[in-house]
This record gives sequence, C-alpha cells and structure tokens, in this order.
Amino acid sequence: MTSLATSTSAAEAVTAEAHEGHADLRLFGLATFLVADGMTFAGFFAAYLTFRAVNPLPEGSTYELELLLPSINTMLLLVSSYTFHRSGRNLLLGQMGPCRAWLLLTAGLGAAFLAGQMVEYFTLPFGLTDNLFASTFYALTGFHGLHVTLGVICILLVWFQTRQGGRVTSATPFGLEAAELYWHFVDGIWVVLYGILYLL
Amino acid sequence: MTVAAPNDFQESLQPQGWLRYFSFSLDHKVIGLQYLVTGFLFYFIGGAMAGVIRAELASPISDFVSRETYNEVLTLHGTVMIFLWIVPVVNGGFGNYLIPFYVGARDMAFPRLNAVAFWMIPPAGILLIGSYFITGAAQSGWTAYPPLSLTTPALGQVVWIVSVLLLGGSSIFGGINFIATILKLRRPGLQLMQLPMYCWAMLGTSILVVLSTPVLAGTLLLLSFDIVAHTGFFNPALGGNVVVYQHLFWFYSHPAVYIMVLPAFGLVSEILPIHARKPLFGYTTMVYSILAIVVLGLVVWAHHMFTSGTPPWMRLFFTIATSFIAVPTGIKFFNWLATLWGGKLALNSAMLFSCAFIVNFVFGGITGVALAQVPFDIHVHDTYFVVGHFHYIVYGGTVFVIFASIYHWYPKFTGRMLNEDLGRLHFLLTFVGFNLCFAPQHWLGLNGMPRRVAEYDPSFTTLNQISSVGALLMAISSLPFLYNVLVSAFRGQVAGDNPWNALTPEWLTSSPPPVENWIGEAPLVKHPYGYGVDEDTLSVEAATGRDLWSGAGRR
Repeated sequence: MTSLATSTSAAEAVTAEAHEGHADLRLFGLATFLVADGMTFAGFFAAYLTFRAVNPLPEGSTYELELLLPSINTMLLLVSSYTFHRSGRNLLLGQMGPCRAWLLLTAGLGAAFLAGQMVEYFTLPFGLTDNLFASTFYALTGFHGLHVTLGVICILLVWFQTRQGGRVTSATPFGLEAAELYWHFVDGIWVVLYGILYLL
Repeated sequence: MTVAAPNDFQESLQPQGWLRYFSFSLDHKVIGLQYLVTGFLFYFIGGAMAGVIRAELASPISDFVSRETYNEVLTLHGTVMIFLWIVPVVNGGFGNYLIPFYVGARDMAFPRLNAVAFWMIPPAGILLIGSYFITGAAQSGWTAYPPLSLTTPALGQVVWIVSVLLLGGSSIFGGINFIATILKLRRPGLQLMQLPMYCWAMLGTSILVVLSTPVLAGTLLLLSFDIVAHTGFFNPALGGNVVVYQHLFWFYSHPAVYIMVLPAFGLVSEILPIHARKPLFGYTTMVYSILAIVVLGLVVWAHHMFTSGTPPWMRLFFTIATSFIAVPTGIKFFNWLATLWGGKLALNSAMLFSCAFIVNFVFGGITGVALAQVPFDIHVHDTYFVVGHFHYIVYGGTVFVIFASIYHWYPKFTGRMLNEDLGRLHFLLTFVGFNLCFAPQHWLGLNGMPRRVAEYDPSFTTLNQISSVGALLMAISSLPFLYNVLVSAFRGQVAGDNPWNALTPEWLTSSPPPVENWIGEAPLVKHPYGYGVDEDTLSVEAATGRDLWSGAGRR
C-alpha cells in the first residue's frame, strides 16, 4: 500500500482519496495474537494438570519445588509490569527522560528474572528427561522464559527507538505500547504458571 | 458502464502483470489467487496420492506399493488435503479475495502480515512433499498419534511437525487478519448484521483458528521433544500419557473440521441467492447458527476418543454436545432449502455443485450424528465408516463448494466466463465418481474393514473395487475442469462486470477489479440479498452503488 503512495501524476489524486486511512489496528492485531499465544500456554497448563492428576511419578520423585527463588522472581516480574506502566505514562506525557529510565529498569528486572531462572535450572535436582514432571516443568518454564527473553529484547529495541529522533515518540507510541501489552501478558502468564507449578 | 481501467496504478513499485502472482504482493486479490492456485496444485498432488491408495486397495493384498510407502502416502494424502488444500483455499483463497469487498475495504487490515501468511505455505508444502523423496515421509497418519509417531522413522516425523507448525502459523496470521478486517475495517455506515454471510462464516472460522490452532502447535512441540530429546510426555514407556496427546490434538482437529466447512457454508450462502434470484432465507438465524457452531465446536472434541478409555461422564457429555451441533447445522440446511424454494433457479455449474453440496452434506451430517452416539461409534471406530463419513463432509461438502465457487467467481477473477458444457460434464463426473467412491465405504466400515491398512479381508474386494472405480472417475473429472479453467482464461466469453446480476459488493466493480478494489468510494451495500424485491424497496445505496464513483451519480 505504501508503495502506491510513491506513484506520481494522475494516480496521485486517486490514491490520495483512496487512502482515507483507517484506525491503527496494530494493537488490536497484537491482542488477538496474544489470545492465540495464551491458548498455547493453556494447552500446556491443561496437559500439566492432567499429567499431575492421572500419571503417578516414579518412586522417590516429587512435585515439590523450592519456593524462595521463584517467589522473588514473581515479585521481579510484577514490579517490572509497574515500571513499564510508568514508562508508558511518561511517554504519553512527553517526558522522554523518565520514560527511557523506567524502560531500562524494566529490561533490567526482566534480565534479573532470567538470571534467577538460570540459577534455579542449575540447582534443581532433576534434568529434562528424568521424569514426566521434570519434562513438563522445563517445557513450561522454558517456553515462558523464551517469551521473557523476547520481551527483554523488545524493550531494549524500544529503548533504542525512544532516543532523540527515534520512531517512538509521544505522538507515535505504538512500539512502546505493543511491547508493554506483550510484557503484561507474559507477566500474567507467569502468575498462573507460578500458581499451578509451584504453589499447587 | 465500464469502470476506469486500473492503468492509473502502473507506476506503483509492485510488479505488474502475471509477475505479481510470484511476488510478495500486498494486494488481497493477488494473495487470494496465490492461495487458490497453490491450493489447487496441492489438490492434484494429494489427489494423485489418493489414486495410489485406491490402486493399492483395488486388491486385498499389498501389491501396488510397499507397506511403508503406503503409510507414507496415506499420511501425506491426509496432511496435504487438509493443511495445504482445503484450509488455505476456503480460508486464505476466497477469504482474502472476497472479505475486503464485503466489508467495503481496499485491502485486509494487515496486508504485509497477509503476504507473510501466504508465503509460509510454499516452503511448508515443499518440506512435506520433499520429505518423501529425501528423508522418507512421516508414516503415522495425519493424526500422528503417539506412540506410533514415536516408533515410526523419526526424521520424516520431525519434518512433518515443522511443516504443520509453519502451516498452523500461517493459519493463525490469516485468522488474526480476518478478525481485524471484519470487525474493524467495515466501511462507515455498514452494520455487522448487513454483512454478506461469508463474512460471518469467516469471523466464526477465524475465532476457531485463533483459539484452537495454537494448542495443536504446542502439542506438536511437545511431541517433537519426545522424538528429538527423548522426553516422555506422550511415551507410556517413560511414564507419559498418550490420551493427553489425543485430547490436545482433537481440541484443534475437531474445530479444524469447522475451519474447513464453515467457510463453505458461507460461500454457498452467497451463491444460492444469486442463482435462485431470492433473498437468503433467515439471515439472522444463519448468523446465530454460525456462532452456535463456533461455541459448540470447541467442546465436542472427545467424540473422536470414545475408544480411548474415556470415562462414562465424558462420553455422555461429548455425545450430547455433539448431537446439539445438528441443531444449528439443521437450521442452516432448512434456510438453504427455503432460499431455493420457489426461486427462479438457474441450474448452471455453480448451482449444480451447490445443490449437490446440500445433498452430500446432509448424508455426511446424518452419519456424523450417528457417529456421535457412543454404542454405534465403538462399533465403527477406526473403520472405513469414519473414512466415508469424513469424505462426505470434506469432499462432498467443502470441495463441492470450492468447485461451485470457482464457477461462480471465475468471471470476477479473470473477466471471462467458464464453459458451461464442460462445467456440467465436470459436475456429472465428480458427483457420480464421488458417491461411487465413498458410499461403499460405509458398508465396508459397518462390516469391520479397518482404515489405514493396505491389506484387507478378501470378502471386501468387490466394494473396494467399486470405490476405486469411483476414484478413477473423480480423477477423470478433473480433466474437463483443468482444460476449462486454463483455456477459458484466454478464450472464454467475456463476462462483463456483473454477469450474474448480483448485488454483493465484489460484483459492483470491474472484472477483474482494479488495485484497491474501487476507483473512488466503496459502494454501501445494506441489502446484499435483495433479489426479487421491488426496486423501490431496495436500499438506494445498494441499487445505485455503482454510481458512487461515476461522478454524475455521486451523492
């Protein structure tokens, strides 16, 4: 469509009228995609809960996990949702300095979460193929960790785009809003995951 | 009246002429035709595989191909026909071409995502077909049930998973696009309840795609871990649970039946009123029926698993839920019959295929209700009865509608008519061949012939040979069709803008339509089915929609 706009001469009059533009639907599209993404997690959760209900683990293995580190991690993600929200508010108010600072803080919290996750992986007494619970644990947390990693990359990208003359400004906030929506989604998934994997 | 030629757009950066069909074009009409032609290529590949299967089954012993090859061909036939033919064609093909017209838009909501979704299909198809020649294809059927899929050759199975993941991604991107386009991109003044029925069908389908396809993707990821990393999610030997795979698989694959058939419902609802010259009967009930099918379609999956040790409460629930689907489906059928009732029927090829669809689908629907009943299902589970039922739904239902739609919209795609005599010959061969091929399979299944096996009891020979003759007729039927679509593109009678005197918006522009669909404003069609009604009672906008861009008639 944009390529059409570059055409010249008589076509321009037509295309100018033709491009009566429509509302920006990108956030709507992203939200729909996140519903789909959420269904992937829902499938995993359903599989995990069913395994847990009907498949006995081998002798000596247990569903119990250490709670301290994942609880700290949960706090990190919840706080990061708040810091991202602050960043978005600042962007809309045109305060680019605080906006970028809150963004960096959010990325830092996300990275800290990932570091915590790695520490947990290396200290756990079981590996990927030890038993059904171990496999499901790594699949769930790994798939979520992948989402967090992608989120941190997106935040850093948005941070770069909020620089002077970048494409994310208070007038064109889409990049930041999209990353924020995604980040809240990933945090929400974690809360459910934490509930059924660690607390249940 | 002719609409200004689309030559004004020649200076655009996109390739023009036939080259644009091989490009990363963002035009929804180009993408729609890309989907269609690609889909038909895979239809003929999948059809050749069906030919191999029927040739093998013409005799009770395994003599035509090796047993492994039979398994591979069987798996590829199912996968190609579902994921590379029906789903892309009725959703991506007709959806991309028609939906922007129907909502009065110039393109889909996300044109670039649209092109990405299409271009995920060729690599997936090449992977799938190529795996047969290079690594050996998957052998576990299109369901890929573990532990079978864990014990058959791993490489082919992994390639199969990658291919299906790509196709699932393409399908999800398409679904997101349709939802955004239908809900958010409607022309100002156009209400939801004024949309042509195909829009509602595609909205329902896309909701199913977005909700269920990701579950299949996640499940196949876990399955690939089982194959590659030797985890034990679905491997009973490692403490895993095969029934969980079946639940997750059918949570997608039952709605997938509606993903294949709801768009066909929509397409046939467009075709019948035009050729019967009557308004679509019961528009509102049609809409609510589609929505009911969407909701019910999500909660019936376990009727595929009545022999998988499902507990009694589950059997009861899924039997009742499945039987309920007959209600909205029945409403749609009576509405189609009432649409035809007393109409001035033009029994051309499009109409013949549409009417045959109604007949075939009623038959497939009745066997479907029968299959929902546990005592009956346990008797015929995994027999040819299921194969017959399924093909009555998907071939007798959807593929017949695809052919009807080709005859109906070909003039819009190309600006030329298809040959009617060849079309009727095509219809006759297809209808006779189809019924000859699949009706005997119900008897075979009732008498206990298992599906998916290359050898069978010699007492089944005669019916199998009748079925194979039917398959041969179906193969022959594609010859007049192919000749027709290829030659008519150049030599067909010039169609004009609106050869059927239709009121739906895609006919209110030139054939083929210009880039961005309309020169000037999009027409506002508030009564897409106002046929046979006194002209005065028609909405002014609908009757004079074409004048909106002629300057003089602009209001």
